[in-house]
Amino acid sequence: MRLYICKRINLRTKNRSVIYYTIAVCCILLLAWISLFTGVKDIRITDLLGDEDKLMVFVISRIPRTLALILVGAGLSIAGFIMQQLSQNRFVSPTTSGALEASKMGILFALVFLPETSLAVRMLAALLFTFLSSLLFIWFVRQVKDKNTVFIPLVGIMFSSILASISTFFAYKNNIIQNTQEWLLGDFSSVMQGQYEVVYIILPTVLISYLYAERFTIAGMGKSFATNLGLSFHTVVNIGLVAVSLVVSASVVTVGAIPFVGLIVPNVVSMLIGDNLRRVLPVTAFLGAALLLVCDIVGRLLVFPYEIPIGMTIGVVGGIAFFLLILKKSK
Amino acid sequence: MKLGHKIIILITLLVVSVVLFMTYDTGSNLHYVWSRRGIRLATMLVVGVSIAFSSVIFQTITNNRILTPSIMGYESIFILFQTLIVFFYGDKAFKVISQQENFFYAVLLMLGFSVFMYLLIFGRQRKNIFYLLLMGMVMGTLFNTLSQFLHIVIDPNEFSIVQNFMFVSFAKMNVKLLSIATITLIGTLILAHRYVKFLDVIALGKDHAINLGIDYNKLIRLFMLTIALLVSVSTALVGPITFLGILVTNLTYELFKTNKHIQTVWLCSAVACICLIAGQFFVEHVLSFSTTVSIVINFVGGVYFMYLIWNTRKKIS
Repeated sequence: MRLYICKRINLRTKNRSVIYYTIAVCCILLLAWISLFTGVKDIRITDLLGDEDKLMVFVISRIPRTLALILVGAGLSIAGFIMQQLSQNRFVSPTTSGALEASKMGILFALVFLPETSLAVRMLAALLFTFLSSLLFIWFVRQVKDKNTVFIPLVGIMFSSILASISTFFAYKNNIIQNTQEWLLGDFSSVMQGQYEVVYIILPTVLISYLYAERFTIAGMGKSFATNLGLSFHTVVNIGLVAVSLVVSASVVTVGAIPFVGLIVPNVVSMLIGDNLRRVLPVTAFLGAALLLVCDIVGRLLVFPYEIPIGMTIGVVGGIAFFLLILKKSK
Repeated sequence: MKLGHKIIILITLLVVSVVLFMTYDTGSNLHYVWSRRGIRLATMLVVGVSIAFSSVIFQTITNNRILTPSIMGYESIFILFQTLIVFFYGDKAFKVISQQENFFYAVLLMLGFSVFMYLLIFGRQRKNIFYLLLMGMVMGTLFNTLSQFLHIVIDPNEFSIVQNFMFVSFAKMNVKLLSIATITLIGTLILAHRYVKFLDVIALGKDHAINLGIDYNKLIRLFMLTIALLVSVSTALVGPITFLGILVTNLTYELFKTNKHIQTVWLCSAVACICLIAGQFFVEHVLSFSTTVSIVINFVGGVYFMYLIWNTRKKIS
């Protein structure tokens, strides 16, 4: 009898997640469709066959933009998920741990010290800085024994504002403050064929995180616990942080900083369908992609024919969501 | 060292920094240099006093040493209000709003915001200080993003008005706004000065304060309004300086171990003015304008702030 009930419940949650999957996939497809056909140039599906001019716009600009949106959205929410598992803290994410600022800083330093660098060098610099700062942050989280939920993101935010003030200092000195502010704010309008391909790094990273999901959680429980279960603690933590750094730096290099995604999405998913890792991960990726698609479409339509950078729309939506989250948790 | 000696040293320092700021490397055209530096000096004094007062009052009534109005998002919301006013006003009438009118309306909105803050901080159950801190920081970034958002939507002609508020600079020459801000500051201080002595009692905690026969809630509301006014003054003049408040208040607590708030607020004002003048002097003459005071203050203040919350956590746990 008991087994039967268990099975029933299991079946029910399974059914529920199947429903969620279908809804999620349909939503993504619909949003991608809208995203593909929104823009200054009025393109309809029938135009793609006859009009070569419009077909070119479609292939060079629209398709890369939509793909980049989906990849970055999925990648950043997964990155947030990994960080939350590793630190066992719901409020940790690339935004609240300094990873975003560190990767901006890496790009800035690459620009200042090696002015004529290629995209690859900038990417490497961003990757290095992000990885080091995440390493530092995770080390710090482990030092704080009592795991005060709010204390850790608080220090993370302070850490990132100190990084930001160092970056601003150098940018101000080298007269590139306007540049950095402009292109480090998340914006998809400049995504074009031939310039955005770095973003594809996110794809393998997401797959790795799916394979390693449980291990990240176990590593989050502590070094001795993980070792007891036969896990090489440092390897797992390093793999997780490399994955996070890859996603964050790839997205900052190509489209700029997009705050809050990695923070909000995993929390919303956990409220919706709980914490079963294998089930949660795909939904997290879907929801992240959907969130970015929606915000980008809204940003494109609000001041048509101009655009509001997605960094801002997300900043407003995510800021409000984060505030409500804290308010809820503080009760 | 006795308190009296320390106060004398502090006042000497203030006078020396003022004199040095006014007379160092003046060049030949004395009249021009003095009038420019005089305005800058006046701005710094007004800002220093208002930041010191608002921070000390806020920290006393919330009974902690790490929250200040600017960290709770007061400055960012003031800028958001100013942007909103330009946004709506400029949309309806084809007349460009003057800075004084803008200041006036924004101050009114700030008074409304302080009611919200009152409910958030002194609401039904007292919240963990770290939660409040995190909320304040998130609100700060949120308001900043909203202002930036509006800047993109706003008409470029109107934007030039708002642009002035955004960046901290003591090099700005804004005589009209300076006079209005000074009047507001003096008015607020005259009003609030009678009540500052009650801070000594409020610092004992709510229950003690009520026991000792103080109308606690009324006083708290009054102080919240004072803070809103003072933050408006400093932000309108030079823009947001997030970490100045926390730096100068804690410096004052460390240097002068006095429990009389009437002394603390004035000592803290002096410390704030010295910090600003010395910082500005340093930026002008040593770094020759290669950076701004706010970048320096935010870096030093940020590191110090991290140290502070680290210490607080140790005490709590």
